[in-house]
Amino acid sequence: MVIALSVIGSVMFMNAAFGATLRSIQDKVDINVNFVPDASEQEIFDLKTSLEALPEVAHVGYVSREEVLADFREKHKDQVNLQALEEVGGNPFGARLNIRAEDPSQYQGVADFLGNRNTSISGDQIIDEVNFLENKEVIDRLSKIINSTETFGFGLALLLIIISILITFNTIRLAIYVSREEIGVMRLVGASASYIRGPFVFTGITYGLVASLITLIIFYIGTFWLGDLTERVFGSINIFEYYISNFGQISLVVVGSGIIMGAVSSYLAVMKYLKS
Amino acid sequence: MIHFDNVSKKYDEDSMVLDSITFSVEPNEFLSIVGHSGAGKTTLLKMLLAQDKPTSGSVFMKSKDVNSLRKHELNELRRSIGTVFQDFKLLPDKTVFENIAFAMEAAGKTDEEIESDVPYVLELVGLDQKAWRFPEQLSGGEKQRVAIARAIINQPDILIADEPTGNLDPLHTQDIVHILQRINDLGTTVLLTTHNKGVIDSLEKRVITLENGKIIRDDPEGKYVL
Repeated sequence: MVIALSVIGSVMFMNAAFGATLRSIQDKVDINVNFVPDASEQEIFDLKTSLEALPEVAHVGYVSREEVLADFREKHKDQVNLQALEEVGGNPFGARLNIRAEDPSQYQGVADFLGNRNTSISGDQIIDEVNFLENKEVIDRLSKIINSTETFGFGLALLLIIISILITFNTIRLAIYVSREEIGVMRLVGASASYIRGPFVFTGITYGLVASLITLIIFYIGTFWLGDLTERVFGSINIFEYYISNFGQISLVVVGSGIIMGAVSSYLAVMKYLKS
Repeated sequence: MIHFDNVSKKYDEDSMVLDSITFSVEPNEFLSIVGHSGAGKTTLLKMLLAQDKPTSGSVFMKSKDVNSLRKHELNELRRSIGTVFQDFKLLPDKTVFENIAFAMEAAGKTDEEIESDVPYVLELVGLDQKAWRFPEQLSGGEKQRVAIARAIINQPDILIADEPTGNLDPLHTQDIVHILQRINDLGTTVLLTTHNKGVIDSLEKRVITLENGKIIRDDPEGKYVL
């Protein structure tokens, strides 16, 4: 049962690690809206407010014309582009909005919204370019990868959990098989099904409790050992810190699963001997 | 009290284990059932405990068909019948006292009742000095006496003894027969199956003889005749 519970716990850790990695990739994906230099700040802030009101938008960042220019200067230090900029004179850049959606699949909706809001009240075009269209293919592919990883992870978790329950069920059934004579004698003296089943279900629950405590200790040692490695591989998550900070939730799932698996397996395993 | 009404049992087409069995047992009767191995003696007892169902016919206990009982009624029925087997069926990791107490616990008796009744029944079967021994520390005859004590601890109406002396030497056999007679004298109906001619002849009680699943003889004060 320790193995079964370890599988359930490991699935939680895997989900956390993949989830953190996917979130950090998602955070790097956004839409940049470059405005024409003539667009007024008022119009840009109006658009920002409308965007923030959309449920699919997580965050909108405003970068002023001056900051865009300063960025450009910083990026293109020592390059010919800077000379060209000096020759043009003034600030040829418009302001910029960086938009982050709640989910990568929602960027198309945000892009469509921007397409409809491309003109000012006076009828002039205010948006110079939306670079989502350039990133569209990358975003689509990322959305697909994230979705299929989640589906695969869930399927794998379910499969491993079913296998674990079957292994536990068989182990407890074997333990009850040893006691079949005792069950037979109990039936003979007229013991009720619940009287016979009670001690076995209690034993199953005790197995589950002990197994879950052992599992939690193994996780403590295992995650302590793997913590630095996971931080290097997944970047944004240290599995030991995750275990410590989510100990309440993880121990609840592991102990709860142990108790349920022990009780259900014993209940079902003893049923066979209660039929006659 | 007990009535077998035209009971037949077939496990497959060719083997008729019981064939149209009809007989009754009165309260406080001592009935021995004899017959060769495979004559159907044990099947007959299993029918009474509703461990096996007849292919046709009915088994009645106190006017109730045992095969139409609900689960809790079946548990009650089994509590009103004590059973003793050739292989004792004692729990090896429990002491003599615990083996008997366990039957009382299963019947929902309190700790006080267990503390007062178990020593009494151990005295009745002559094992009051060996209450804390384990079954492996007892002789065959002693094991069977523990099994009898367990069977009668809940004061059953009927005691079923299926070949109780099959594994015992003549001395222990007589011991067990005396205990069964004493239990019968105290008011419990006893159903005994045996191969032992000496036991049957010494009892001078009612004997039913089975052959090939049929009753061939039912004598009120019978002898072992096969």
